[in-house]
Amino acid sequence: MTALAEPTGTPAAWPDTYGPEAKPRMGFFTDTSVCIGCKACEVACKEWNLIPEDGLVWTGESYDNTSELNANTWRHVAFVEQRKPLRLDGETASIVGQAAPAPEPLRWLMESDVCKHCTHAGCLDVCPTGSLFRTEFGTVVVQEDICNGCGYCVPACPFGVLDQRKLPRSPDDAPIGLPLMGKKEDGRVWKCTLCYDRLKGGHEPACAKACPTDSIQFGELDELRARAEQRLAKLETDGWNGAQLYGHDPNDGVGGFGAFFLLLDEPEVYGLPPDPVVPTRDLPETWRATAFAALALTAGLVASFLGGRS
Amino acid sequence: MPSLGTSFGRGGATDHQQDLQNSDCIVIMGSNMAENHPVGFQWVLEARERGAEVFHVDPRFTRTSAMATRHVGIRAGSDIAFLGGIVNYILENERWFDEYVKRYTNASVIVDEKFSDTEDNEGLFSGWDPEQGEYDVTSWQYAGTQVHGAAGQREQGFKGSQTKGEQAGHGGHGGGMSHGNPPEMDETLQDPRCVFQILKRHFARYTPEFVSDACGCTVDEFLHVAKSLCDCSGPEKTGAFAYAVGWTQHTVGVQYIRTAAIIQLLLGNIGRPGGGIIALRGHASIQGSTDIPTLYNILPGYLTMPHTESYGGLQGYIDQTTAPGGWWGNADTFIVSLLKAWWGASAAPENDFCFDYLPRIDSDNSNYWTIEQMLKGKVKGYMVVGENPAVGSANSRANRLALANLDWLVVRDFVEIETAAFWYDSPEVESGELRTEEIGTEVFFLPAATHLEKDGSFTNTQRLLQWHYKAVEPKEDCRSELWFYYHLGKKLRERLKGSDDPKNLPLQHLTWAYPTSGEIEEPSAEAVLSEINGRDATGQALSSYKLLKADGTTACGCWIYCGVFADDENKAARKKPHWEQSYTALEWAWAWPANRRLLYNRASADPEGNPWSERKKLVWWDAEQGTWTGNDTPDFDETKPPDYVPANGAKGPDAIRGDRPFVMQADGFGWIYVPQGLVDGPLPTHYEPHESPFESPLYLQRANPRRQRHTDLAEDPYNPPGGQPGADDFPFILTTYRLTEHHTAGGMTRFTPYLSELQPQMFVEVHPELARLRGLEHGGWATIATARSAIEARVMVTDRMRPVRIGGVEHHQVGLPWHWGSRGLTTGAAANDLTHMALDPNVHIQEVKALTCDIRPGRRPHGGGLRDIVAELRELAGEASERATKTDPEHTRSTA
Repeated sequence: MTALAEPTGTPAAWPDTYGPEAKPRMGFFTDTSVCIGCKACEVACKEWNLIPEDGLVWTGESYDNTSELNANTWRHVAFVEQRKPLRLDGETASIVGQAAPAPEPLRWLMESDVCKHCTHAGCLDVCPTGSLFRTEFGTVVVQEDICNGCGYCVPACPFGVLDQRKLPRSPDDAPIGLPLMGKKEDGRVWKCTLCYDRLKGGHEPACAKACPTDSIQFGELDELRARAEQRLAKLETDGWNGAQLYGHDPNDGVGGFGAFFLLLDEPEVYGLPPDPVVPTRDLPETWRATAFAALALTAGLVASFLGGRS
Repeated sequence: MPSLGTSFGRGGATDHQQDLQNSDCIVIMGSNMAENHPVGFQWVLEARERGAEVFHVDPRFTRTSAMATRHVGIRAGSDIAFLGGIVNYILENERWFDEYVKRYTNASVIVDEKFSDTEDNEGLFSGWDPEQGEYDVTSWQYAGTQVHGAAGQREQGFKGSQTKGEQAGHGGHGGGMSHGNPPEMDETLQDPRCVFQILKRHFARYTPEFVSDACGCTVDEFLHVAKSLCDCSGPEKTGAFAYAVGWTQHTVGVQYIRTAAIIQLLLGNIGRPGGGIIALRGHASIQGSTDIPTLYNILPGYLTMPHTESYGGLQGYIDQTTAPGGWWGNADTFIVSLLKAWWGASAAPENDFCFDYLPRIDSDNSNYWTIEQMLKGKVKGYMVVGENPAVGSANSRANRLALANLDWLVVRDFVEIETAAFWYDSPEVESGELRTEEIGTEVFFLPAATHLEKDGSFTNTQRLLQWHYKAVEPKEDCRSELWFYYHLGKKLRERLKGSDDPKNLPLQHLTWAYPTSGEIEEPSAEAVLSEINGRDATGQALSSYKLLKADGTTACGCWIYCGVFADDENKAARKKPHWEQSYTALEWAWAWPANRRLLYNRASADPEGNPWSERKKLVWWDAEQGTWTGNDTPDFDETKPPDYVPANGAKGPDAIRGDRPFVMQADGFGWIYVPQGLVDGPLPTHYEPHESPFESPLYLQRANPRRQRHTDLAEDPYNPPGGQPGADDFPFILTTYRLTEHHTAGGMTRFTPYLSELQPQMFVEVHPELARLRGLEHGGWATIATARSAIEARVMVTDRMRPVRIGGVEHHQVGLPWHWGSRGLTTGAAANDLTHMALDPNVHIQEVKALTCDIRPGRRPHGGGLRDIVAELRELAGEASERATKTDPEHTRSTA
């Protein structure tokens, strides 16, 4: 089992705080090499979690009209069109005298993004109300009945996942009678819960359930990490262009993701930070520096005060 | 699907999607499977993960292309050239599966000496009648046989009727069979008149260079597909094709599929694991709606609809429907059992089992014919159920004008779709062309229950009947189709109770009593399924169509579904997952016929009954037990030994030899060459689309000569084709398609927020070079125009719309999704406002996958301006086509 460590290096509270109710850490392995961009994960997530519609805006960004993860979008499929071959042997030599030149290589990357459920979760660190907590499954969840909408967690997330829900106040714009639609402009923070309620009931999360190609795999994190290593090895053997794991390393800036990815290009290509760091990692250092500055300031003031007397 | 029907015997996918995991090579053409069949596509990915080649040959680079091992871009409308190239490659390089071809296909059969090929007649087969614009198929027959059986009789019997040959893919071939063999054969395949040699000559010019020039792909790309497919075929390996409406929606669509059938027969890929042709259907139960048809020209189980000009009575019908050999030899048991299911005790031998109660067709009564009659004021009423022709039918503008010409219109749907709202919300009302107060159509909108609000079955793309249960009661006035038709029937019968007018007898005598439940008196869907399955005289549920009788002692609503309710168990409701059984999952739901998952699976064994290889074994002959056995239900008489030879004069299934896997065909062969059943040729030929910027690369005859056009219909004008004056005004190739995020004409998706937000606006896809050429800006607006109308869309500039090089010149293709209309949460122009109603002659399906257009930057004029530019365009096209008609060597005829 993966031990979670606080950024300060103190022993992880999880899973010991759950005592006999502790569960193995659960997560997602999103394998983009089999993602067909159907967006069933987005719809299943919204259906299960009763998330409001997020605007009918055509972006022109390939087939991505969702654009980002936010309070009203907990799964987001990115579409990236590239003039690159899918496989390293993907370009064929052209034959002399043929009627048409060989077409430029083209590939269309698709990736279903989600909250990373970080080992060192900045959002959780800064939440003053205890609304954000780590569940017995090791996932990071916002409790909607405790969140007061302070928004501290929003800048604490290195991925921009945490977001406050702001809905128009107009009484007649509710598209359908969803229960949550009544609560307008609540300002609270909403994000992927890794379907905590479904997990409690012994079910896999809605997105993984809906995924027709098993691009989204749900399971025990240790097992997923092992599976991902094997998968990467196979893709490398098969000559896939740019295959790499993202967020599987427990030694990265957030201690590894609970929901990690197999990508086919650098993370930046998908709009993901290449080297995410939990902002609270530097908190002790920051406080030490602040304390030192305060001391220095005080000393200076005292010195100047004393000096002024002299 | 007469293409698959004539080639193999049944109009359905030959395989199940799960079996694609066993393929060594999958060619997806005419289909965007990942986007439109994402669930089934998992098996394609499974095959890819196991090392299979997955080719997507398509005009566009789609989400399917993204997942394929290789995408080959071709020009929309050039698929027969590409596939014909593969046929030629197989023949030139001797790559065919020799024993399979010789023993299981009609390659060795000698064809009538009067037959002559398109290669000899500048694109016409023998028998072309320029006056009628039709073929006389006599010269297409096997030597020593006559046109006979269901298909042939229709060909000869009803000159001038549009029903010729259609849906007659059940091997109605007869006369002169000798011990199960056609009269003249050459098993060495050397006779110049044998099918194999005819095929060789027919496709000889489809060289890789020809393919490259006609399709716009490179020689190398073509050769890679052809070679890989051949490498992945044979005793040890199999390859599969998957197609959808990208093949069917052409004026020569049936022949597209036929070309794939020829390839698969040559390579021995039918009836074997990982082989086959998967026909991907576009709706949850479109397969079901042809099995128990919503079509005008067939009865349940693909029985021919009686025609006014034929069939004196039941015996006449049986004589002409029954094939001399194969399972269609038992057609008498199918029709009599159907009549017993419908008219019960009233159906007796002395009244021909009420055969005369059946309605009869007298002409082409297909969808577009009906629209034409509305425009001409001859059809006054219209019931639209589960369709949205104001958006989804070709030339939707003409469809809306037709709706405005009705007396009454009934629309049953979940929401008030465009077809129900056309009278106050349409481009024509906006432009002032139609005025609401002047439209006389009385519109009735009846809200429908969703599949979650009713019990029932879907018959999916692989002939699988899967049961679903009601989750919640329908709200307010929403009702299921079953409820609607049952109670409508009850009301009609109530009204006719005292009538002694004989014309009312069919309704009065109809068996029309189903148990109902609940407050709304919902009829029992299971009772209907049970009736479809059928019962014997003692009331026992039938277990197989083999038990059906022609003496009135059995009743069965659809012979191919017989067995779905065997032992009074709803087998469609079985839900044992595949991981608890073999991959064929015979205990998950139920597939017609007889729960077979892989059709013609006798072909998975060699002529002696042994598997071709261990790797590809499925069904084989167990000599000790004297029976066929294996991992699927054998698609063969269980106890007929491989060496069985029928006696002369044997009938029905007994006339099929023990080494002939295609048991629905009179000769038991897979048909490389189709002597009858199709109206536009025994072999496929590359014809240009009705509208394309090109002349034929092969013949004087440019397009399918037999295609249906509406040349006297002002509402359906055509862009001048390549080589004709005016063609330059429409220089680009237009293709239409669907997106994962929306479903067909949008009635189920544009009204739901979670899907609307994923594709919230109508757009047009163009290549960067075309954008430069026409000054189109990514994210801006464009106006796309044809002779029918002009629409506007947001511009998506993308490398995925590749230009094609035809005849050394680069040509651009314009892509339009067709989901949008004026209603719902996300609205937009209907792409079908641009499309025309020229049709495939076999199935009357529209050609919306390849036509021509122009594209300009900016929005179209709104208000009256639209009428002005449409009028301008029509004038332009009109003048040009007038000029064209004078010089057009092709025969032009109206469907009227």
